[in-house]
Amino acid sequence: MKRYIKFIKPYAPYFIFGPLMMLTEVFGEVWLPKLMSMIIDNGVANHDWQYILKIAAVMVGACLVMIIGGTLGNYFAVKASVCSSADLRKELFFKIQRFSFGDIDKFSTGSLVTRLTNDIQQIQQLIITMLKMALRSPAMLIGGCIMALSVNRSLAFILLIVIPLLGISIFVIMKMAYPRFERMQTALDNLNNGIQETLTNIRVVKSFVREDHEKDKFDALNGSMRDRTLDAMNVVIFIQPVMTFFMNAAAIAVVWFGGNQIIAGNMQVGELTAFITYVTQILMSLMMLAMVILQSSRAMASFKRIGDIIDFEPSITDEQSKNKDKKVEHGSIEFKHVYFAYDDGDDDPDNDTEILKDISFSVAPGETIGILGSTGCGKTSMVQLIPRLYDVTKGEVLVDGVNVKDYSIYNLREGVGMVLQYNSLFSGTVAENLRWGNENASDEEILKFSEYAQADSFVSTFPEKYDRMVEQGGSNLSGGQKQRLCIARALLKKPKILILDDSTSAVDTATEKRINEAFATELKDTTKLIISQRIGSVKNADRIIVMDDGCISDIGTHEELIKRSEVYKEIYYSQNEKEKEGRSA
Amino acid sequence: MTHEEMKESLKRRYGKLVAASGKGRRGGPGGHGRGMKGPGGKPKDYKKTIKRLAAYVAAEKIRLIAAVLCVVAATGAQLATSYMLRPIINTYIVPEDGSKGSVSGLFMALAVMAAVYLLGILGTYCQSRLLIKVGQNSLKRMREDLFAHMETLPVRFYDTNTRGDLMSRYTNDIDNIGNMLSSTLISLFTAGLTIIGTLALMLYTNVILTVVTVVVVPFMLAAARRIAGASSKYFSSQQAALGALNGYIEENVTGQKVVKVFNHEKICDEEFGILNEELCKNQMKAQVFSGLMGPVMNCSTQINYTLTAAVGGLLCVFRGLDIGGMTVFLNYSRMFNRPINEISMTVSSVFSALAGAERVFAVMDEQPEPDDTENAYEPETVRGDVVMNDVSFGYVEGKTILKHVNVYAHPGQKIAFVGSTGAGKTTVMNLLPRFYDINEGNITIDGRNIKDFGLKELRSNITMVLQESHLFSGTIMENIRYGRLDASDEEVIEAAKTASADTFIRHMPHGYNTVIDADGSNLSQGQRQLLNIARAAVSKAPILILDEATSSVDTRTEKLIEKGMDRLMSSRTTFVIAHRLSTVRDANAIMVLENGEIIERGTHEELLELKGRYYELYTGKAELD
Repeated sequence: MKRYIKFIKPYAPYFIFGPLMMLTEVFGEVWLPKLMSMIIDNGVANHDWQYILKIAAVMVGACLVMIIGGTLGNYFAVKASVCSSADLRKELFFKIQRFSFGDIDKFSTGSLVTRLTNDIQQIQQLIITMLKMALRSPAMLIGGCIMALSVNRSLAFILLIVIPLLGISIFVIMKMAYPRFERMQTALDNLNNGIQETLTNIRVVKSFVREDHEKDKFDALNGSMRDRTLDAMNVVIFIQPVMTFFMNAAAIAVVWFGGNQIIAGNMQVGELTAFITYVTQILMSLMMLAMVILQSSRAMASFKRIGDIIDFEPSITDEQSKNKDKKVEHGSIEFKHVYFAYDDGDDDPDNDTEILKDISFSVAPGETIGILGSTGCGKTSMVQLIPRLYDVTKGEVLVDGVNVKDYSIYNLREGVGMVLQYNSLFSGTVAENLRWGNENASDEEILKFSEYAQADSFVSTFPEKYDRMVEQGGSNLSGGQKQRLCIARALLKKPKILILDDSTSAVDTATEKRINEAFATELKDTTKLIISQRIGSVKNADRIIVMDDGCISDIGTHEELIKRSEVYKEIYYSQNEKEKEGRSA
Repeated sequence: MTHEEMKESLKRRYGKLVAASGKGRRGGPGGHGRGMKGPGGKPKDYKKTIKRLAAYVAAEKIRLIAAVLCVVAATGAQLATSYMLRPIINTYIVPEDGSKGSVSGLFMALAVMAAVYLLGILGTYCQSRLLIKVGQNSLKRMREDLFAHMETLPVRFYDTNTRGDLMSRYTNDIDNIGNMLSSTLISLFTAGLTIIGTLALMLYTNVILTVVTVVVVPFMLAAARRIAGASSKYFSSQQAALGALNGYIEENVTGQKVVKVFNHEKICDEEFGILNEELCKNQMKAQVFSGLMGPVMNCSTQINYTLTAAVGGLLCVFRGLDIGGMTVFLNYSRMFNRPINEISMTVSSVFSALAGAERVFAVMDEQPEPDDTENAYEPETVRGDVVMNDVSFGYVEGKTILKHVNVYAHPGQKIAFVGSTGAGKTTVMNLLPRFYDINEGNITIDGRNIKDFGLKELRSNITMVLQESHLFSGTIMENIRYGRLDASDEEVIEAAKTASADTFIRHMPHGYNTVIDADGSNLSQGQRQLLNIARAAVSKAPILILDEATSSVDTRTEKLIEKGMDRLMSSRTTFVIAHRLSTVRDANAIMVLENGEIIERGTHEELLELKGRYYELYTGKAELD
């Protein structure tokens, strides 16, 4: 709970006055019956119609106070909950912005989105309810008890018995309900995941004619969803009858013991009816309290999921960095005996599968390095260590002779541009997307770098040119177009080191060649690392790193490698036999 | 960029998103123009929707009738006990004739009262239990129907409706319906009965006072309506703000890696701040307004109570109403007002449930795929002789994508399609399994029009490996077996070997029994594609479609699977779409598509000889995109 205090603090007055204002309603509810009895006892009994109208006016006044109090209370409660949860959402979002790649993988993007959206909504709803009910129920409880005692002390023992009994039974019911609600939630998650999967894979389902198979899977999930829900609900519905039972038992007890006292001449009838009213009020408020607690126990899961994020320390930070002001100036890179493994989530880091083993090499400023190797051999993992998207497990990575961990993350990433394998474009125009690279880029610069990335050729065919809207996820662009925009976006950053992670796979060879030519002439001073599946893309690089199963198998120029590297030769011939034939034909 | 400019830009980019909500607005990011016509803010045809909903509930007639009886019993018991108290006091505790009270009589009367109470409690419990069962069963059936119907819908439906929108029908909408069925209905019904019961008791006690109490009700309802109307207006702007923010969150978190690479965190923080602020403002308005309902209703109840008390007092003074009668009446007036209060609080949830139901039924009303199985052609074996004869097709009327396409494929042949993005390659592949139906011309398999086949029969003879690899949560074994459910373990492993997936599978912690997630985050893109190929390999369908099936596999692995692929293709009629021209070189015929037309066709050698478009592409002189 401690972690949430700072979200409450700025709105403390609202958190305090909201429930306090709600007390005016309690006050009204307790006071009105009293006024009513005054109408009866004094007005009617004395046939004083002016008195009756006077008290009625007071009652209407009390009602108006109630409505003002209620409205203000509502306003304060809404303000407190909406604003504090907006702050919470903001904090969460900021935190996620600081997550490392590994952290994002760990939580998965889907679950992060749910936390930011659904869970926060849940909490917001809970806060409103709490603020409105939290003081109201206990106040009614206490007020009722005081009034009951003031009416008749000898009947109070009934309350002493009934209240704890009811309290205990509600507690037991909720204790039983909570794990059942958790299982219900799991069943719901499973059901939703199942539906989502079928929706995503609908073409596969249809082409393999597996509709019945999917239906069977769904029916099982759907059935268990119903069973789990019934399981939980069947426990919860006990609250109402149990509560009614105690209320009625109390009423009967009051009438029995009170009746006996009246018969014995020790008590008045009016006291009896009043006492019953207050007993009802007390037990009612107890049940309300139970309902609030039940609701909050369901929101506890949301609190926990959000707490996970708030407490989570991003695994990559630059707090320990020794040289925060340093910027990347030249663009040399050095790997020194680097080992790397992805954290697979269990606690034993020695158990993680090693992706990179003892990688050492260095790159001079302005050099162009090609990186080749089969699927899963660690190419992407290796280059991601340079801008500290992941941290090495052992060894060190140096940029301009300084360990990457000693830069501030901002300066390091400003100096290292990267085009990822799976690229995202964002809602907005083409130009807006390109300006991710440089917020203040002029139109001329945008045009220039788009030309280098061979993107201008197709952008200029759009009627809106660079103002063309990119739909969510870039769905109105082809794969090759997206890749070229992503390259242009990275170029606009004018980085000292540029990393292309298989980012021309959907671009044809001729265009790719032009991109490479632009790199060679226009980005002479930029260090370039190019991962590719195609040998043609990296053949003209200064040096080529050949990777195999997490190790560097060889480094050299195309001419050297073709002579001595078996792996390189294998890749080369797997691609070039055919192309050579093609050209000669 | 200034703060104001940023605001404007955000509005332009995310303004059209509206969050799915209980109020029945179209959900999901970016509702498609071509999508289903979702209902607006309010359900349009209450009657029809209620009728259909009722049909689901009515399936459990016996439980429902029993539940109604229980509600009547419970409410009756409640009314009876509130009526009994006075006679008990008047007869046994303080007898009206002035004699001494009777302890034994009191005991007996209380025993009766306890029995009635117990009956009421039992009634309440049984009613909840029954209605919850009815509600959950109805929901289960509704989900079942929705899912079953959804599966029959054509691919076009999925292409024009966003997943988020469809999901929200299962989650939000069904949830709203569920709430109504299991709690709102009970309270409405109980409230109704209580109102009727107390009204009767009130009339029995005093007619004038009854009129006073009832006269206020229309004013209360009018106030409730005003508040509901105003808050629904604010709710829609709240949903719009929420939709924009959720869209932004979704995009930002999904693209988080790019955000990091570009040091864009600060700008994102700022943009998020603006959207968050916007939501906060709108939420305030909506919540404050809807929260007014409580105090206003509460207050008007009290005013009603006060009025009754005042008029009652005056009646006592001037018209000789007895005090006892007035006390009882005030009690009734309280009991009468409480359910009215409850109804006005729950009415909005009934409307959101109806709107939700309408959205669910809208999916159920979508036209399923045409599948007249009555006189469907069901051959013993299909050889795989495919002919496309003068086929023209467009997704939207008036916009033809494919123009007069002719393709002949004999059993066991390999036909390749090349061409730039948007040329219509994937569209051709959508037509063969009838994901979309052609507008002109015809397609035949073994000489029979594909429309003569039953849809299932047709599709079970075609295996597809799609560009985006799709896997299911489950073990690797189960995923491959998806291709043919009765395949033995050996056959699955054999298929994995064909696709060169066997090696990496054996390296996984539990081999073939390794559980993978649906999004396959523990597999690389290339490995996912290999599993997709293995899945196709286990199937025995005579026609095979490979749509960029190896685009993420490196060339060395591609070379490795080539042999397996050759074996896979040798016995099947194969259609290949590939980006790397090297992979289509040995096809029996290569079709070069451009703007929906086949502009060149022939073998690799013939096309090179032609020195046309294919030659340009192959030698890298032209751009393929």
